[in-house]
Amino acid sequence: MGALDLKAVTKSFGATEVIKGIDLTVEEGEFCVFVGPSGCGKSTLLRIIAGLEDATSGDILLDGKRVNDVAPAKRELAMVFQSYALYPHLSVRDNMGLALKQAGKPRAEITAMTDHAAKMLSLDALLDRRPAELSGGQRQRVAIGRAIVRTPKLFLFDEPLSNLDAALRVATRIEIARLHRDLKATMIYVTHDQVEAMTLADRIVVLRAGKVEQVGTPMELYNNPANTFVAGFIGSPQMNFLDAAALGHPPGKIGARPEHIGLSRQTGDISGHVSHVEKLGGETLVYVRSDVHGLMTVRLFGEHDYAVSETVFLTLPTDRLFHFAADGRRRQPTAVA
Amino acid sequence: MSARMSPARTIAAHAALITYTLIALFPVFVIVINSFKSRKAIFADPLALPVPGNFDLIGYQTVMKQGDFFAYFQNSMIVTVASLFFVLLFGAMAAFALSEYRFRGNTLMGLYLALGIMIPIRLGTVAILQMMVASGLVNTLTALILVYTAQGLPLAVFILSEFMRNVSDDLKNAGRIDGLSEYAIFFTLVLPLVRPAMATVAVFTMIPIWNDLWFPLILAPAEEVKTITLGSQVFIGQFVTNWNAVLAALSLAIVPVLVMYLIFSRQLIRGITAGAVK
Repeated sequence: MGALDLKAVTKSFGATEVIKGIDLTVEEGEFCVFVGPSGCGKSTLLRIIAGLEDATSGDILLDGKRVNDVAPAKRELAMVFQSYALYPHLSVRDNMGLALKQAGKPRAEITAMTDHAAKMLSLDALLDRRPAELSGGQRQRVAIGRAIVRTPKLFLFDEPLSNLDAALRVATRIEIARLHRDLKATMIYVTHDQVEAMTLADRIVVLRAGKVEQVGTPMELYNNPANTFVAGFIGSPQMNFLDAAALGHPPGKIGARPEHIGLSRQTGDISGHVSHVEKLGGETLVYVRSDVHGLMTVRLFGEHDYAVSETVFLTLPTDRLFHFAADGRRRQPTAVA
Repeated sequence: MSARMSPARTIAAHAALITYTLIALFPVFVIVINSFKSRKAIFADPLALPVPGNFDLIGYQTVMKQGDFFAYFQNSMIVTVASLFFVLLFGAMAAFALSEYRFRGNTLMGLYLALGIMIPIRLGTVAILQMMVASGLVNTLTALILVYTAQGLPLAVFILSEFMRNVSDDLKNAGRIDGLSEYAIFFTLVLPLVRPAMATVAVFTMIPIWNDLWFPLILAPAEEVKTITLGSQVFIGQFVTNWNAVLAALSLAIVPVLVMYLIFSRQLIRGITAGAVK
């Protein structure tokens, strides 16, 4: 229950094509994250799945049934929005129960299901309040509760954490992960934040300009990115891209993650000057400017003292380098000299 | 805001506002004070306050005796409230359609509906009269309601569609996913959120309708469908004008519109402050 298939889905607004043919299968019970920069079409894709937008062409299948012409309310899915989108005139209880009431469920059943969902999210004490009387975090929990109450086949999250502050974002992220474990429901989650994608997803779909760049588990994408875009998008701080020709490789780029590069004051492959240091306690980020490769980031664990404009040497991890051709695509490891 | 303004600027701002208020209220004030005075006192000293000696209710007595003023009030009330209702209902519906749905000719339709703001409806008086005669609506309140609805719609559509564009899409979409019909979304989610704009439109629509003399005179001059503005005209003659009665009638005509304005303006202020605090 809850498997989703997209077959050659496209979407155009006038002459602009936003979604350029997407094929995708989301397994039952899977937590699938759509990630990509703003304007890549991930939210539009989610809206097409929800039925809020019509696909220009292609098919959307829920549990094997074509739902292109089925109204959003009849698709048995629930959606959580970035702006919470709570009904301002209804209490928390009525907000959560509205969908069931619209579906004609008996009052006792609605109350039971609302109470159950409220308990899961510890919203019991807030049931009689209006959305205006809640904090941002509470509002988002109500929005999630409204989705749970419906016991949908498919949960859709549209950047649900973007409006929360950093601490709440982490707490709510953990809550969503716990819900997924408890409910075992299929969830599709849209975000532009690669940290959310990495921590929540069973599988990540990286989108760019209306196309799927790569699909895989978080670790597959981290260890085996298909191109420079995915390599740069997944992982924080961003992967360093070096000029391959300058290092004696075929023309293109060579990627090295900040956490894999060694830093020393004495010797190394590349020399440069420290341009900035960020100390975070647990880790230290050193930004090194090299004349050949530009600004590079090195991530060191623990505390380190490097002074700005000091001369340093970087050591590249020969076994963990990523080779990319000039067009951005990953070269097969065998092709590397 | 006042905390950050210097006292001199605060005084200047208040002086300007008070001056404007005085200028705007002065004619109304003169009408009201003179309505309580005898004819002789009105002409002797128009700016004098009604005091024992010149106090006289003759104007009000004339108004009550002559003509059926209660019926005129009722007519005005029916026409204003009904027109207002239709302008707000149809205006909001058209605005919702224009702002919410993508369809061919959307922009063109919006421009067409807003065109009425620029073209005075009175230019079409002859055609309107011919139409009303043909449909047998002359001397009915329906004729006035239809004309005023048409007159109020362009501005209503224009203002409301701008406001409705700002209503969160997510909220409407949440409603759709929860199984609300488009009508339910419109009436229960969107309308309450644009209430301040509705109040603005209501005030702008209501006052010209209540004060209008032109269309009642042309389309509904019969005794039983006279509006208050037209009714007051019986006291203005070509040679003799019963100023007491005119002033008394006008003073009475202010009251209902003032009450309605107060109701709407409270909505207006509530809307403004709600937005400011959030």
